[in-house]
Amino acid sequence: MTREQSPVEKLKARSNFLRGTLAASLSNLVSGALAGDDTQISKFHGVYQQDNRDERAERNRQKLEPAWRFMIRARIPGGIVTPAQWRDLDALARRYADASLRLTTRQAIQFHGVIKCDLRNTIRGINDTLLDTLAACGDVNRNVMCAPLANFSAIHTQALQVAQAISNHLTPRTRAYHELWLDGENVAAEPEHEPLYGSSYLPRKFKIAVAIPPVNDVDIYAQDLGFIAIARDGELAGFNVTVGGGMGVTHGDAATYPRAADAIGFCSPDQAIAVAEQVVLLQRDFGDRSNRRHARLKYTIDDRGVDWFREALATRLDTPLTAPRAFRFTHRGDPVGWARAADGCWNLTIHVPQGRVRDGDEARLLSGLNAIASSHAGEFRLTPNQNLIVAGVPDDGRSAIDRQLADYGIDTLQSASGLRQQALACVALPTCGLAMAEAERYLPDFSNAVERLLARHGLEDLPLSLRISGCPNGCSRPYLAEVALVGKAPGRYNLHLGGSVNGDRLNTMVAENLDEAGILAELDRRLARYAESRQHGEAFGDFAARTARTEGAVTPA
Amino acid sequence: MSSAVQPVQAMPLSADGLDELHQAVAGFDREQLLWTSGYLAGLARLEGEPPPHTPASAAATGEGLTVFFATETGNSRKIAGDIVSAGQAHGLTVDTVDLARCKPRQLARTRNALFVVATHGIGEPPEGTDGFFDVWLGDTAPALANLRYGVLALGDSSYADFCEAGRQLDTALANCGATRIIERVDCDVDFTAAAGHWVEKAVKMAAACDDETPGKAVLRAVSSPAPIDRKRPHRAPVIVNQRITGRRSSRDVRHVELDIDGAGLAYLPGDSLGVVSSNPPRIVDAVLEAAGLDGDVIVALDGDDLAAAAALGERLEITAVSRPFLDAIARREDGLSQKLSDRAFLRDYLETRQVVDVLHEFPVDWTEQSLVDALRRLPPRLYSIASAPNVNPGEAHITVTVLDYERFGRAHWGSASGFLADEPSSVPVYIEQNPRFRLPEDADAPVVMIGAGTGVAPYRAFVEQRRELGQRGPNWLIFGNRNLDSDFLYQQEWLQYHEEGYLRHLDVAFSRDQADKIYVQHRIMEQGRRLVDWIDQGAFLYVCGDAKCMAVDVHAAILAVLEQYAGLSGEAAVERLDELRASGRYLRDVY
Ligand code: SRM
Ligand SMILES: Cc1cc2nc3c(=O)[nH]c(=O)nc-3n(C[C@H](O)[C@H](O)[C@H](O)COP(=O)(O)OP(=O)(O)OC[C@H]3O[C@@H](n4cnc5c(N)ncnc54)[C@H](O)[C@@H]3O)c2cc1C
Ligand SMILES: Cc1cc2nc3c(=O)[nH]c(=O)nc-3n(C[C@H](O)[C@H](O)[C@H](O)COP(=O)(O)O)c2cc1C
Ligand code: SF4
Repeated sequence: MTREQSPVEKLKARSNFLRGTLAASLSNLVSGALAGDDTQISKFHGVYQQDNRDERAERNRQKLEPAWRFMIRARIPGGIVTPAQWRDLDALARRYADASLRLTTRQAIQFHGVIKCDLRNTIRGINDTLLDTLAACGDVNRNVMCAPLANFSAIHTQALQVAQAISNHLTPRTRAYHELWLDGENVAAEPEHEPLYGSSYLPRKFKIAVAIPPVNDVDIYAQDLGFIAIARDGELAGFNVTVGGGMGVTHGDAATYPRAADAIGFCSPDQAIAVAEQVVLLQRDFGDRSNRRHARLKYTIDDRGVDWFREALATRLDTPLTAPRAFRFTHRGDPVGWARAADGCWNLTIHVPQGRVRDGDEARLLSGLNAIASSHAGEFRLTPNQNLIVAGVPDDGRSAIDRQLADYGIDTLQSASGLRQQALACVALPTCGLAMAEAERYLPDFSNAVERLLARHGLEDLPLSLRISGCPNGCSRPYLAEVALVGKAPGRYNLHLGGSVNGDRLNTMVAENLDEAGILAELDRRLARYAESRQHGEAFGDFAARTARTEGAVTPA
Repeated sequence: MSSAVQPVQAMPLSADGLDELHQAVAGFDREQLLWTSGYLAGLARLEGEPPPHTPASAAATGEGLTVFFATETGNSRKIAGDIVSAGQAHGLTVDTVDLARCKPRQLARTRNALFVVATHGIGEPPEGTDGFFDVWLGDTAPALANLRYGVLALGDSSYADFCEAGRQLDTALANCGATRIIERVDCDVDFTAAAGHWVEKAVKMAAACDDETPGKAVLRAVSSPAPIDRKRPHRAPVIVNQRITGRRSSRDVRHVELDIDGAGLAYLPGDSLGVVSSNPPRIVDAVLEAAGLDGDVIVALDGDDLAAAAALGERLEITAVSRPFLDAIARREDGLSQKLSDRAFLRDYLETRQVVDVLHEFPVDWTEQSLVDALRRLPPRLYSIASAPNVNPGEAHITVTVLDYERFGRAHWGSASGFLADEPSSVPVYIEQNPRFRLPEDADAPVVMIGAGTGVAPYRAFVEQRRELGQRGPNWLIFGNRNLDSDFLYQQEWLQYHEEGYLRHLDVAFSRDQADKIYVQHRIMEQGRRLVDWIDQGAFLYVCGDAKCMAVDVHAAILAVLEQYAGLSGEAAVERLDELRASGRYLRDVY
């Protein structure tokens, strides 16, 4: 059934491989914005047009257009950044952005606050570091995640290679990116050709992650396509393949819902690229191109069933998948602090509050990490929990780094509560155009409030997974958290409870449109019940899921 | 000007009342019609009391007197009007001539002439009168043996070339053999008293010479003082006082809307609003402190006894430095006196110093009274009106850069812009007409508007007015300022006009958005082809904003474009631009 293409689909088709009228928009000096359609096309180049929403009303009174700013997302497959790259990104952030680097829930880095006339210089600067922003956004495969943990060095190295290989394989071939941002020549000698994506690319974004048990930090069940590394005798035997995960929801639209991915088989390491390609092609061919809210792979699969998908994939693969192998996920949080890796070096995981690397009044994180980067010989690894690992520190290098951290007032939050170490928040205000409520800027206060509740019930050291998203799109993967707040309106959230510690179970909405007092009252009641009648070692999320039926939903305040 | 007035239902005038009105204004030009509407509205405000001044019939004999005036902001034109009425009292027929609109040779055929000449720019004759000055100041000036003349020079002692134009004309006419019947007087900005005495004396002298030869009776301008003027400003309630530069801008520019409803203040786009404000207290305190004086001490000023702080705050110029103030110091502090003779030093010093700086740099033991005596009266400040009368009835909008800067180790503020920045509830204002910065009467004429910073203000009135009147002439704005993000004044409005197509072209130059500085003149060069095409299609070119640099650079750029794209030689380009200026198609309102 061929239904009418959505407006964005038509736009992609006529964009001449992602050029649109971006060149004209960039040279238009009377406005800080891009022309309407170009704001969609720019996403494929890793560039989002935004405006500072704190200033909107003020700007209108000043008879000025909104303070248009651009978010630029650098694509960092597997989250591996060299110290030299980090220092270049730091310099770009200070010069062109708002002097902050934002670590994302997909191990990438975002710049905020770039003005239009600085876009080219910033993107060129990023490309000079051998990173790029192509396909960091848009209807293509996004940043391929790979569990950053290095204590299984052999496994991690192989898994990382697979992740980076898949990323390269699925990168768009269009010359538009180079033409617009880099060398500028329109060398259209041979006609453009996207062997894999075609001229309309995918129906929607596509997300891939590689997990290394026992840690599910990449939240494999939220990914369109997941590869769970299966080890045998310390070597990578292959991957369990999962499909159909996704978070995006639209309030009040029952046809949209989060979905936890299903395992559909096992493949050998060298089959991974072929599997990735064929899953992407199935989504390209069968994904819904008429309704963008129903275009993700999770809907493509639910419309036809997992068995249909498994068979369709089998017919396209040279060697079909075999049965999924046993594995176990135990947790998702990063082990904050120093940890020795298998190869004898040390890794320091620094908890970066809400992933925002900035020089604050006490902690000067941006300058501190820059100082470490200028003396560190190893690498930086970004984690799916928006944290940063200083990896590969020799024995005698540890004290120098500790001193640098102290000099810049940086606390790795080693001693912070389990709740605070794992808490995640999406960016939301003031830059996200879709945000309905605060997230990044609200998480610290809300975490304090929840810590006070935990203390009241003697649960100080409960490693609760708490996540806040400013809207139901779910960029901090809230639907897999034990406790989640999903933005509904300024200061108002839906409360979700019942996710598992290892992230393999979706939570459920227990209350709608609550303000802070309402949320804390509801949490207080449930924590009290949990403290009294939890089973031995039962996590709060499991307790909430188990007792969901008897507790019932709370009517909105 | 179509004289058919569509009758309005329930018209308060009877049919013949309307006819009388038609005859009364028959023959009035556009300026006089506008002025009369203001005058009548003023009468309405006075509930119909008879106007204080009824024009006498012209019964004079004798050869008559011609008053030549050179003006930009209307003061000289007003004094010319005073000479006309003074002339009548002496049975003298007086003809007024605007030097910007007369043939220079006409002077050779004149017997009795009085000149009221203002100085503008940097010691230059007013806009449009340089044709006249070039002839009579040039070394090929013809003889004027039978001319009897006198010159009244208007100026501002805060400029280094004080009354330069008047002074040069006075000497030049004597060199041509003309006989001076009255010594020149150089008037500062508060010219009323000095000018009044000179007019009285000059008319008596002219009347004395007049009885030998008969002249023709000509009386054109009906001059009687409008109810509202700089001496009797209207205290306009403030409707809006809104900063319109973004929070990251290095300047605070205010959009101020004033309620002038019912005050009989009619204006046209291109006119300015005179602000008769007082000095912010922080400036008074800074001056008192710099001079080591006590604001409570009572001083005498214009026959009143008041506290020194009140005198400084309400009546005296305590920011811009004037020559008399420096002379007063030079008399007690010899370090300064020989410096004042160096014109370059004086010009730079007057432009970069405020009174508070002079008090610190040349300390003198002042008394409250001696300081008050050394300072000149506080003149009003002018601001281009940024609203179209038809679109904002009863309102006048202005766009003001708040002067607030750090220099010589101390803070400085502007007097009027500081007063406005303090968000007063009302502002004393009057209208300063500017007949030389009018929209074309031809509704289809193309208009090119070049402005930097608050120089964009009159263009807001222009485009609003043209659009309201449904005029189809294409409009092209070239706007310059520092940064797109925070300094694009009225950006929302320009973008909307541009999208609507009402603004055919919108070129912008934001000097600090890129490494090298880009200004409006660079955009003029880039769009040279289009500019020449527009000029050929009859376009009117307007330039508004900074006089010192922008206006000079823009002038040079237009000449360069005429050379490059209209294929004119250097001289031909200068002639072409002068032609445009003479025909009223190259208009400037620069400050
Ligand atoms: C930065 C980041 C959140 C963070 O704090 O880390 C983020 C930020 C934004 N996401 Fe996201 N998403 C981020 C991870 C996610 C995730 C989690 C994940 O990928 O594991 C999800 C849920 C998984 C999924 O895709 O289902 C997610 C689901 C969305 C959606 C909903 C997509 C859908 O299928 O409905 C949108 C809206 C859309 O695409 O229409 C969205 C859109 C956005 C935008 C670009 C808003 C927009 O479209 O204008 C946000 C930019 C805000 C800003 O000012 O920076 N983001 N977004 C994450 C960047 C990831 C990266 O580097 O690529
Ligand atoms: C026809 C006309 C139209 C005008 N239109 C506008 C308009 O639309 N908007 C507008 O903002 N202004 C306009 N002006 C200028 C305005 O009239 C005032 O001159 C201006 O606002 C400053 O007045 P003020 O009383 O605030 O400052 P003042 O109290 O007059 O202080 C000015 C003095 O401060 C010193 N000074 C000023 N700037 C500097 C500097 N950068 N560095 C060092 N010293 C400095 C100088 O000594 C100067 O004499 C116009 C002027 C004219 C003649
Ligand atoms: C932009 C500008 C520049 C001026 N330059 C001078 C000058 O160089 N020398 C001077 O004596 N007066 C100068 N003046 C003061 C005018 O001569 C004075 O205001 C005079 O009253 C104006 O008369 P008018 O209204 O007839 O033009 C200047 C005024 C303005 C607005
Ligand atoms: S969850 Fe919503 S508010 Fe938060 S970053 Fe994503 S789109 Fe923006």
